[in-house]
Amino acid sequence: MGKIIIDPVTRIEGHLKIEAVTENGVVKETRSTGSLFRGIELILRGRDPRDAQRYVQRICGVCPTSHSMAATLNLDSAFGVDGKIPDNGRLLRNLILGAAHLADHILHFYHLCALDYVDVTKVVKYEGNNSALNSVKAFIQRGELGPFVPRYEGDYRLPDEIDQQAVAHYVQALEIRRKGQEMLSIFGGKMPHNCAIMPGGVTEVPTVDKIASFLWRLNEIRDFIDNVYIPDVLAVAGVYSDYFEIGQGCGNLLSYGSFDLETSETDLTKRQRLLKQGTVSTDLKLGEVDTSKITEAVKHSWYDDSTGGLHPSHGDTRPQPGKEGAYSWLKSPRYGGKVYEVGPLARVAVTYVAGNPTVKTLVDSVLSHFNAPPAALFSVLGRHAARALYTKLVADTMPEWLLQLKPGEPVYVDYEIPDESTGMGLVDAARGALGHWVEIKDQKIANYQCVVPSTWNFSPRDNDGQPGPVEQAITGTKIKDESNPVEIVRIVRSMDPCIACAVHLVTPKGRDLGEFRIC
Amino acid sequence: MATAKTVEIPVIWLQCATCTGCSVSVLNSVSPTIKNVLVDEVIPGRHINLRFHATVMAGAGDAVIEEMESTAQNEKGKYILVVEGAIPTSGTGKEYGSIGEHNEEPVSMIDRVESLGRDALAVIALGTCAAFGGIAAGEPNPSGCIGVGELFRRLNVTTPLVNIPGCAPHPDWFVGMVASVLLAGLPGPEDVDEHGRPKAFYGNLIHENCPRRAYFDEGKFAKAFSEPGCLNELGCKGPVTSADCPTRHWNNGVNWCIGSGSPCIGCVEPGFPDQLAPFYQKLTEEALPNIGSK
Repeated sequence: MGKIIIDPVTRIEGHLKIEAVTENGVVKETRSTGSLFRGIELILRGRDPRDAQRYVQRICGVCPTSHSMAATLNLDSAFGVDGKIPDNGRLLRNLILGAAHLADHILHFYHLCALDYVDVTKVVKYEGNNSALNSVKAFIQRGELGPFVPRYEGDYRLPDEIDQQAVAHYVQALEIRRKGQEMLSIFGGKMPHNCAIMPGGVTEVPTVDKIASFLWRLNEIRDFIDNVYIPDVLAVAGVYSDYFEIGQGCGNLLSYGSFDLETSETDLTKRQRLLKQGTVSTDLKLGEVDTSKITEAVKHSWYDDSTGGLHPSHGDTRPQPGKEGAYSWLKSPRYGGKVYEVGPLARVAVTYVAGNPTVKTLVDSVLSHFNAPPAALFSVLGRHAARALYTKLVADTMPEWLLQLKPGEPVYVDYEIPDESTGMGLVDAARGALGHWVEIKDQKIANYQCVVPSTWNFSPRDNDGQPGPVEQAITGTKIKDESNPVEIVRIVRSMDPCIACAVHLVTPKGRDLGEFRIC
Repeated sequence: MATAKTVEIPVIWLQCATCTGCSVSVLNSVSPTIKNVLVDEVIPGRHINLRFHATVMAGAGDAVIEEMESTAQNEKGKYILVVEGAIPTSGTGKEYGSIGEHNEEPVSMIDRVESLGRDALAVIALGTCAAFGGIAAGEPNPSGCIGVGELFRRLNVTTPLVNIPGCAPHPDWFVGMVASVLLAGLPGPEDVDEHGRPKAFYGNLIHENCPRRAYFDEGKFAKAFSEPGCLNELGCKGPVTSADCPTRHWNNGVNWCIGSGSPCIGCVEPGFPDQLAPFYQKLTEEALPNIGSK
């Protein structure tokens, strides 16, 4: 028996620890631990509901835009304007959110994941005139290699030339993702933490110069996706093809869909979206989303056991650090009592089985490139491929939204804050299904709850002892070198953890806050 | 270009109770780019040697914790510590936030900031959470979050500290501060305001330089979002917020909060969020400062 502890897991958002128990080099048991607690939802109680859009973005500075979108949909419904958003408002929201997802997925592949596959030090052998590579070479020759060393050693398989090219693309991708955030700010105001997405629509108005400025940044990013990002994912997949069989996970996927194509339908599980809402498992059958099936278990989380099994709209959470048998600040969301994974793979797979022709063509072309069946999507490389194809689909659709904008027409509809109301906002964040719920009393937030993608994916065991998605994905994996457990971090990063998002706290109205101060 | 004379400046970047937004913002730096900052000599002859940053570093687990600890030990008084995020202090602190382990026991963020802070050349509290507690310290402050300055006062740590608040902070404010330290050394008391913020970036109220100021003076106010006019009635906190956003703008200058029709929420101020909220409620007359007297 061996024990591998990775603390901290780096190149992710937030504070995550992974513990794996091995026997004869194979992982027998895995524990995923979220180790930071802030309690943003508790901080929201008693505040002006409109402020929620600003607070929830501070849950996560990597994916704030998705939180602003979920909060806004949530408040749209609570304020009764969910069916009345002007078309310009809908389109600008899509463009802001789309820009966020493009920048985020490019960051994820190059800056959070690539160093698991790409050996930066091979650039020391570079003999060409690419200025980025020559400056990296000079950096290596100076001999101080932080932040690229220390690292796990051993399994860097890319041929020198492809490896060096990938390092050049790592540098180029820094610029491209930055331009994605610039594009977002043209309509969103600033990044991180946009200010323009608001209940009722957006605050920014489209003008021809902004549309052109957005379009040409988008064109540059699309060129990068088609000619750099997707070819790089395919190149890595070709050399590390065993990762189509590693990290399968729980085999159940859940998507809330993303990018509203209309706003007249107020049921967000039925609204027309570019990426579709639904569930799909390894049998590739499409299921409808029923939000009443969502519950959160706490048996292995540092919360009072009496609060387990509740639907998020009625969530109750009492922190209990040090609770026997618990090992994470993350709760365990389950759908119909079963373990579900969320993320780009889920929304691409759901849209694929729903029969979207563009997605079908994209996915089938990748599968046939590797002569692989759809089941191969449930893997480390399947997640990376789905993320890249999703990025392309969104980027290729954004010009249509841009050209549908009508300068001079409304972007916003005003409203009164109701004395009492409830709301729900569902949207796929970059990392997967994101749900916000609100209860308003006396025009103030009485209760606010978020169930976020990384809580689904990195959750601990539930009351039935079922391990969470990443725990299942790691368990059973053969670790070639236990002092360099690169297989584990590759699996973890394929699910793109965002742990600041995943740890949260809700309490029912009226609870004495003193009870929560531990020690 | 590489020379034997390059001076390496070790930097340890510690993420505490944070959303990582400060790091993401610094990635958006334009001139220099983040690649220039990390790989090139950001000031001729001087190279930022980023030894520890959990979001960008290649390694994971014990090896990176050892790298961080050995930097502190071997280069005492020579490294810059950047703290992003507030420090949770409820309980012993480690229940609510830890970084790495010793003998399978998590080490609290309090202990990390204290020990790395004591031995640093200087500490930069980056973002409003690290500077003043910020969002995580919003009422009822569930994890007892405080800023670095408050922690240092409690533990009697006397290492020089500069606050670069903002939620998120502008990348120019951070990169500009680092460049200034490399070129001219630590800022003197005359270079920072009463909240430890460099006057170069936080010296004027938003309201003083706001392009919508003429609307304010003429009494033309937006009544609903997306309308032209001063945003005062929609809750703008520009009159009580000190930062150069109106002239610097964000994200390579493409826009900024008020530019997009959205009121300033005062995210660089020590009282953020509680004293600046509700964000969309008009400031009272008493809160409006006497413009120009500052």
